[in-house]
Amino acid sequence: MESVRTQDVSVNDLRWKIEYRPDLCTMCGSCVAACTFNAIDVGMMRRSITLSRKAFPDPTQEHSARPVIMQKPSIPSACVGCGMCEKICPNAAIKPVRNQDTRFSVLARQHGPVKRGGRTNLNPPRTLDSIFVGRISQMTDPALDSERHTFDIRSPLGRVMLAKELPLRVDGDSLVLTESTPPVHWIYPAIFSDMSIGALSTRAWEAIALAAAYLNEKCGMPVRMCSGEGGMPIKLLESDQLKYMILQIASGHFGWNRIIKAMPRMKTDPAGVLIKIGQGAKPGDGGLLPAAKVAPHIQAIRGVPKATLHSPPNHQGLYSIEESVQKMHLSLNAAFGFRVPVAIKCAASATSVSVYNNLLRDPYKICGGFFMDGIQGGTGAANEVSLEHTGHPIVSKLRDCYMAAVAHGLQGQIPLWVGGGIGLTGNAAADAFKMICLGANGVIIGKILIQLLGCVGNEHGRCNACNTGKCPTGICTQDPRLVKRLDVDRGAQNIVDYMLAFDSELRKLLAPVGNSSLPVGRSDALVTTDKAVADKLDIQYAC
Amino acid sequence: MALNLMLPQQEGHDNSGFAMVMQDLEGVFSHYKDKPLLSLACTPEGVQLVNDYMEERAFVQVAQWVPEVDKRPDLKINAMPRYVFRNYDYPEEYRTRSQKEREDLLLDTRLELRALLAEKQNGFVYSFWPDVLTLKEIGDPADIAVYFRLWNNDGRLTARNIVTQCRQNTNYAIVRYAAHPFFLQGYTVCANGENTFFTKNKEFQKSLHRGYVGFESDSQNFLYTLHYVLHELRWPIKYYKHVITPLPFVEVEKRADRKVLNLIRESLAHLEINGPNTIIGLLPDGKMITCCDSKKLRPVVVGGTSDMVAIASEVCGLNAIMPDRDLSKDIYPNEREMVVIDNDLAVQRWNQ
Ligand code: SF4
Ligand code: SF4
Repeated sequence: MESVRTQDVSVNDLRWKIEYRPDLCTMCGSCVAACTFNAIDVGMMRRSITLSRKAFPDPTQEHSARPVIMQKPSIPSACVGCGMCEKICPNAAIKPVRNQDTRFSVLARQHGPVKRGGRTNLNPPRTLDSIFVGRISQMTDPALDSERHTFDIRSPLGRVMLAKELPLRVDGDSLVLTESTPPVHWIYPAIFSDMSIGALSTRAWEAIALAAAYLNEKCGMPVRMCSGEGGMPIKLLESDQLKYMILQIASGHFGWNRIIKAMPRMKTDPAGVLIKIGQGAKPGDGGLLPAAKVAPHIQAIRGVPKATLHSPPNHQGLYSIEESVQKMHLSLNAAFGFRVPVAIKCAASATSVSVYNNLLRDPYKICGGFFMDGIQGGTGAANEVSLEHTGHPIVSKLRDCYMAAVAHGLQGQIPLWVGGGIGLTGNAAADAFKMICLGANGVIIGKILIQLLGCVGNEHGRCNACNTGKCPTGICTQDPRLVKRLDVDRGAQNIVDYMLAFDSELRKLLAPVGNSSLPVGRSDALVTTDKAVADKLDIQYAC
Repeated sequence: MALNLMLPQQEGHDNSGFAMVMQDLEGVFSHYKDKPLLSLACTPEGVQLVNDYMEERAFVQVAQWVPEVDKRPDLKINAMPRYVFRNYDYPEEYRTRSQKEREDLLLDTRLELRALLAEKQNGFVYSFWPDVLTLKEIGDPADIAVYFRLWNNDGRLTARNIVTQCRQNTNYAIVRYAAHPFFLQGYTVCANGENTFFTKNKEFQKSLHRGYVGFESDSQNFLYTLHYVLHELRWPIKYYKHVITPLPFVEVEKRADRKVLNLIRESLAHLEINGPNTIIGLLPDGKMITCCDSKKLRPVVVGGTSDMVAIASEVCGLNAIMPDRDLSKDIYPNEREMVVIDNDLAVQRWNQ
């Protein structure tokens, strides 16, 4: 017997243990081939088998060396519980099981902080789940019929002016416009979140872009998609479909060179520009695209060599909000001839309200939207410690920002778009409706999209290996063999189907409160069963 | 007459109150049309507080009418001890000031009196405006009319334009201020229905103008928006309808004036109403208007003869006062329509 040290890592130290049934296994090898994490292997074991080959019991015992599937007792190739082996096994001979006795978090830091992709896995109960739509119209304020009534489900993206500041002149019994005003687009109140091409596989990104275009062109839903940091394929930049895209410029400025160069050949304006300041789910940590995912086409789009790409936590060279407004907003507005709304995206944090207040006071009136991302968002890679322990739940920050605007009579001036856990339970429409009642103009959805594409990660530590370049579903990897696992059309179809259901569900919530347009700030429609939530959000307490 | 119109619509009210705003007065007030008229219900101490305040501000009282009330014991009315209707002359220094400054003075005076009387629950002040009288009381409308001897028709209390309603809001406790109609700087509004966007309307209106106070009823929003669009922004009347019930986006896209309509919708999104309503309004120049919510979930009818036009929730009200009118000319405004009745009783209707 080989000598072992008690310090050696064993399978029982890992987060997931493989439960293997040699009696069911036909040794087809599918599971080993499917496991992208190299967590299992074929090995030999000496086995004792009792056999009876005759028509009557005649047991004999044999000892022989047989091939088996074995889990590797190693931290770098630890099983992530993705379940691909189980999915592919024709005989149900293998499956991952969560290991309660894991010592992973104490053993895994040999080579520095643990990095991973995915989402925060320390989820406290969500505030949204203790909130209900409680003011149902009954007699005097009749409910609408969600199937028959027409609903006007649109939200603004762009800088809104106060009525008193509008350049309108009375001419007879009409008003005429005397000057131009900042661009405002009325779009669907759910934006496909900024997941970059690079973080996602080209196929995954393409599936989402395809779904956005389909929803616009075939379903009459003006959904917009944010490019994420890192630029876009030239073909798309030069196509008509650019009008459905919000271009993001983040602190790494990756890909902007190509965007700027493509500008003269753009057929149409993009839907907007989004300046990302802090990372959502890991504020203060910056972005990270591990070298493993920087494939040649990503290098081309971003204009970088193959290396781990860090986006700094901040826009280097910007010192204050005022400066950011002047430098970034003005230059980007000017770049697109003041025809494209330029919005800003921050992580929800204790200081979000100050940033929002500052933007509301901006004399140039140039910020076309305030996007906030809460603790539960995120698909990229990060230090685990940041993912789990930094950030701010989105609900109360949204409410604080909205109420700050109310205090100044400026609500609606800079549209509030919020993300971070919208659709965490699978019901994005309910979450969106509640956020809108609390003051949001619309929501940003991200993770639910990749779940619709087939992501198997969850908040309980399953998979979350988006940083490894080995995404078993082909969503978060640039490995051509893995990317092929993703069916683009089927993925896009899933997203379209979900969004159509989302739209119906939104109507199902608008109808009972008797509204045919979005109830932005209609906090009276909500009740909560949690007294603390009621006090904090200033909504009715119910029990 | 106004009372007769109200009574057959009995099922529409719950004996919670009665209120009316009269404009373009005749009778006892006919000689003081240009002098602001203060309408109050208060306690004797309240009268004293008001006297002192007005004196201090150099308002000079020029006339007073105290209704001789009928104090029969069995009336269902929650009467206040004193009702005061007084004409004042502007303080000396205001006689040469602009119309706007005078309007602001009257508003501020009313708001300050309101706060003064509310402090120790000494009474209610409803309006302070030239040629406008407001009466509000809690109780059975028919009994309230008996109390104020409104049935007598003795010609002392008459007006060319009257807005009246026989109920209070349903959503709130019964208080005098909550009775419809509501008045602000020459604008009067009463409404039938609910305002599901009350909270968002209110949150926005609070910061728009110091006169937007109270919010004792969700219908007050309609008045404040009317005042804001016409008095503050000075936009033509048709934009009131565009603000409160914006056209759906797909329809706006087809319009030549879509840019203006979109801008209005963007800027005043928080003044949109999105519930079942009929709004009836009286403007400072004596025009009356009515319009409905965007889904037409509440009734309203306009009917008239050669010397009177009336707007009522139910047609039975019109039948009671104008049985001989040409019924075929009655107008039932639709969800996108606005009806305006001029001073010469010409009725205009247009689609949004
Ligand atoms: S669950 Fe996933 S990571 Fe674990 S062995 Fe199976 S395929 Fe590999
Ligand atoms: S399936 Fe892919 S996208 Fe989903 S958590 Fe795993 S690695 Fe990330």
